[in-house]
Amino acid sequence: MIETTLCTGNRAVCYGAIDAGCRHFFGYPITPQNDIPEYMSEELPKLGGIYKQTESEVSSINMVYGAVAAGVRAMTSTSSPGFSLMQEAISGIAAAELPAVVVDVQRGGPGLGTTQTAQMDYFQATKGGGHGGYRQIVLAPHSVQETYNLLQLAFHLADTYRIMAIVLTDAILGQMVAPLNREPLDLGPLPEKDWALRGKGLKGGRRDVFSTMLLKPGFYVPYMTRMREKYRKIEDNEIRYDCVHGEDAQVMLVSYGSTARISLEAVARARRKGLKWGLFRPITLWPFPEAELRKATEACKTIVVVEDSMGQMIEDVRLAVRDQMPVHLVGTLSRHNPGSGGMIFPERVYEEVNQWL
Amino acid sequence: MAVSEKAEEKLVGFTPNLVINQPSHYCPGCHYGILTRILAEVIEELGITGDTIGVSAVGCSIFTHVYIDIDFIDALHGRAPEVASGVKAAHFGKKIVFTLQGDGDLAAIGMGDFINAIARGEQLTTIFLNNANYGTTGGQMAPTTIIGQKSTTTPDGRKPEVEGYPIHVAELIAPMQGLVYSARCAMNTVKNVRQTKKAIAKALRIQMEGKGYSFVEVLSACPAGWKLSPVDSLKWIEENQMREFPLGVFKDETEGAIDE
Repeated sequence: MIETTLCTGNRAVCYGAIDAGCRHFFGYPITPQNDIPEYMSEELPKLGGIYKQTESEVSSINMVYGAVAAGVRAMTSTSSPGFSLMQEAISGIAAAELPAVVVDVQRGGPGLGTTQTAQMDYFQATKGGGHGGYRQIVLAPHSVQETYNLLQLAFHLADTYRIMAIVLTDAILGQMVAPLNREPLDLGPLPEKDWALRGKGLKGGRRDVFSTMLLKPGFYVPYMTRMREKYRKIEDNEIRYDCVHGEDAQVMLVSYGSTARISLEAVARARRKGLKWGLFRPITLWPFPEAELRKATEACKTIVVVEDSMGQMIEDVRLAVRDQMPVHLVGTLSRHNPGSGGMIFPERVYEEVNQWL
Repeated sequence: MAVSEKAEEKLVGFTPNLVINQPSHYCPGCHYGILTRILAEVIEELGITGDTIGVSAVGCSIFTHVYIDIDFIDALHGRAPEVASGVKAAHFGKKIVFTLQGDGDLAAIGMGDFINAIARGEQLTTIFLNNANYGTTGGQMAPTTIIGQKSTTTPDGRKPEVEGYPIHVAELIAPMQGLVYSARCAMNTVKNVRQTKKAIAKALRIQMEGKGYSFVEVLSACPAGWKLSPVDSLKWIEENQMREFPLGVFKDETEGAIDE
């Protein structure tokens, strides 16, 4: 039965996780994601699951590490400063090759920053915010429905590849309300977790060990080789993106998350005036749809990246198109007011893009 | 080898089934090896071999999994209590999960994690090895370094006015609700080793019966870090460490229901 409901993006995170079979959630309060742990604390016990409120984001992510090593689907959610606190363990989970899901509902600026929306964690999520040069899948929804769907995909991809999957949303996506078709996705079969820590008695006497240390003699380079192969496999198979008016666009906006919604409005406005604009929207930020973007913009004259930061994804866009055309930024400086609650509106995007044509 | 050629030699010891018999990486005179053996014996004697998952910590405990043949997970520095909480939650409380942590790991970088695991009402067991210094990294001052003790970062001895005071973990946590058992033992004599084994067995039985958090602190030698011979290290435990950290049971809420 498909249930249609009206809910926030943060609630869609919860629904997506629950419908993916996640029954373990470890949470710590931070704005603007508090309604996620609040709902999970209420709902998971009813479903036979466990919610734990931790003493810090550091603790939350380390509980996730323990729980996923024991073979269950587990997650935590946070916002930017909390995401920074989690980076050491995220690096550890990468080293131990365990499947886990973290949702980062982004807020603004470095430090404690603001409690309002921004897209400032792109580098941290896609380039590895912790030490050691690992990779993780980063999924960027742009709607309530897509948040719900990508939560399920995040768990599926994490289990498929034994890797961390980050769902990168923001305060706008988290707080906005929209209709949701709560239809669980059938994403296909998964490998059995025969490596999970269950006590060796349950595995015919075979035991398993998880370590984030790479000190075993002769282990280091083979490990790195295996990681490279895993990352390449993901790059080859898991790129996702959306492209609107790709067939004839001469000006291509490139945007993800909430600014992609704003960009869509700007593109619609341009189209009404007969201007050939399009929108390329990466859904996987890692792996980044590099070749796909290059192909989609072959006939374009200008690319404009719209992101609520001082320019982060724009670096991947420039790498993708290899300086074959001008790449401009509409970013945080284009907000409608100088305060933390300022936003980039479609009109402003439309006007700024026109300046460059 | 000369020793094995003596045909008349009688074997007086035995290797517990759970001990993986291979050369140890621990330094001569270190007590981690004995502690590992005690743990292996207790797990087998309690009949929880197939149900026990160990969490080791950053420091010399991190390679415990090399020597005990059970499921293991290494935690990041200081984070063993919440990793253990996650493992325990994943099994809905049905497995026996313990952490094995050193003094730098538990009492410095991980003190908040440890205290909060007790406060959350976790059903876990923590074995805390107090050897009064950071052994793995070469003998720096730890939270348990005693006044006057020389370390590589207190070359003139620990001075309270400069480096403060040692932390008494077993006493510190004793008043906490959720904590059922807190004991301090030592490894410097056969008698004390036996007492340590009894305390660890009791701590694990408390968890098996779901009574609450149990904790055993173990004073042990780090001859390499202390720059003493193994024999002198045993004396140092008796004459210095045990004076600062008295042995004893600081909390026992089992009311005699669980024997040592």
